[in-house]
Amino acid sequence: MIKNTIAWIDLRFPLSGFVKHSLVDYPTPRNLSYWWNFGSLAGIALVLQIITGIFLAMHYKPDIGMAFDSIQHIMRDVNYGWLLRFIHSSGASAFFAVIYIHMSRTLYYGSYRAPRELMWWTGQGLLLLLMATAFMGYLLPWGQMSYWGAAVITNLFRATPFIGDYVVVWLRGDFQVGDATLTRFYALHYLFPFIIVGAVMIHLVALHTVKSSNPSGINLADKDNIPFHPYFTIKDLYGLGVYLIAFSIFVFFLPDTLIESANNVPANPLRTPAHIVPEWYFLPFYAILRSVPDLAGGVVAMALSVLIFAAMPFLDRSKIPGGARYRPAYRLMFYVFIANIFVLGYVGAKPVDALPSYLGLVATIVYFSIFLLLPWVSMKEEKYLRERGLPAELETLIKEEEAQKDERRQKKSDRRHS
Amino acid sequence: MAGADSIDNPQRRNFLESITTVVGAGGAAVATWPLISSMNPSTDILANSTTEVDLSNIPPGGTHTVAWQGKPVFIVHRTSEEIAKVHSTVSIKDPEADDKRAKNSKWLVVIGICTHLGCVPNRSPEGWLCACHGSKYDDSGRIVSGPAPKNLEVPPYKFVTDTKILIG
Repeated sequence: MIKNTIAWIDLRFPLSGFVKHSLVDYPTPRNLSYWWNFGSLAGIALVLQIITGIFLAMHYKPDIGMAFDSIQHIMRDVNYGWLLRFIHSSGASAFFAVIYIHMSRTLYYGSYRAPRELMWWTGQGLLLLLMATAFMGYLLPWGQMSYWGAAVITNLFRATPFIGDYVVVWLRGDFQVGDATLTRFYALHYLFPFIIVGAVMIHLVALHTVKSSNPSGINLADKDNIPFHPYFTIKDLYGLGVYLIAFSIFVFFLPDTLIESANNVPANPLRTPAHIVPEWYFLPFYAILRSVPDLAGGVVAMALSVLIFAAMPFLDRSKIPGGARYRPAYRLMFYVFIANIFVLGYVGAKPVDALPSYLGLVATIVYFSIFLLLPWVSMKEEKYLRERGLPAELETLIKEEEAQKDERRQKKSDRRHS
Repeated sequence: MAGADSIDNPQRRNFLESITTVVGAGGAAVATWPLISSMNPSTDILANSTTEVDLSNIPPGGTHTVAWQGKPVFIVHRTSEEIAKVHSTVSIKDPEADDKRAKNSKWLVVIGICTHLGCVPNRSPEGWLCACHGSKYDDSGRIVSGPAPKNLEVPPYKFVTDTKILIG
């Protein structure tokens, strides 16, 4: 019966072909480490947010008179409302943690390099969508942090040349963050996750075209690839189990560590809390915004600090395959960058007057210098490593790739001249 | 009806194709205007635009905060020392004389929104300090230091009587 049904469908829709090609037989490098688990974990984090979000939406009221109380209603009166809300609120943090690890892995192992540039750029788009969704979702509880976070971030658009003031009023639908703002943020917070699902599909189609990168940085021969099922379905499931244990600790034992206490006070448009901080996942970028002593300059620096990741395939000039593992200078830069992110996060979490003002500025300069020095460092590093002598196989591989590139270039110019 | 030239006339076809593309794209762009415009403040929000304030209950040195168009407005009953101080100093970043900012030098009326990113500054001994990003303002609401580019904005207001003002 089932066999007949599938056969019936297969005549009309490529169902079993798709499953076999993309899920079962899909060739996967056999040397993937656990750092390669975070892509599928991000997918699961997204699904968990969407499911809990839909059920929360059945009880939430996007009206400034009712929003704060409806959260209390969810927490106290709705069956398992506390569970839905804590999964959703901790889930946002978990999602960012997974994405940041996923990005760090890409940077460490050089997975952004050819031919995976589009993976990296669609990922960058997904990060921006995730940030927008998280930011709008954070207004919905209508607490003091919600309110002032939204007030500050919408105000960033004042830096738009000429029409800045109008853009801010247009975004808010009011002269201050108000009812119109809350309602539209709710509508968009519900919409964006589905745009993210669409963008994830594009990300996955690109992945299945170029296939997974691997720790060696070399495209493996067919014999070194193994089918996705059962080897990686089981590995991803194991990783999921570990992830869910860590996630459950937050959901069931520490749900309030990720909720700012000031957000338990209803929004008051006439009083800013003494110390406003964004959620932890925005702290480094917030520190960069605050470190530049100028409105437009700060906004531009903050936007660049996120967008500059997209330039990585151009900034990294080295032809040595693989990432930090085989490149000492790049490895050092990677660790300095990660350490610097933590410094920025620390600066962002402290009140303005509590730290020497140059700390944030120095960390900001270090942040951008690492990107801007990369072209020069990566070229020098390649020269040094090749002079010192690479394994013969690696040298051959680099020469082969260069030859292929030259061939393509030659073909292109032939076509142009003919 | 169609002459031989109109069927076999590539320029004519190309022209029609470009015109159709341009008009179609233009029409689609114009059709988004109602959507964009609907996100602007609605008329009931625009209608809520004036606030009247009784000043008689504010003692010298005291500050009162009222809401105007949903925004906080600071009204300060300044002491003579404070007045003397703001008259003798100027802001370097956004120079403006205090006379230009206060209709009656005893009373300062400013919108209590930091010109940096929109937090509400807190009253400090020197004037105001915005806790969000560290901008400092003097007793005339003028920027002294920090990332804010401009002085605190003065809303449109007038004295209805000696002890009553109308903002908006």
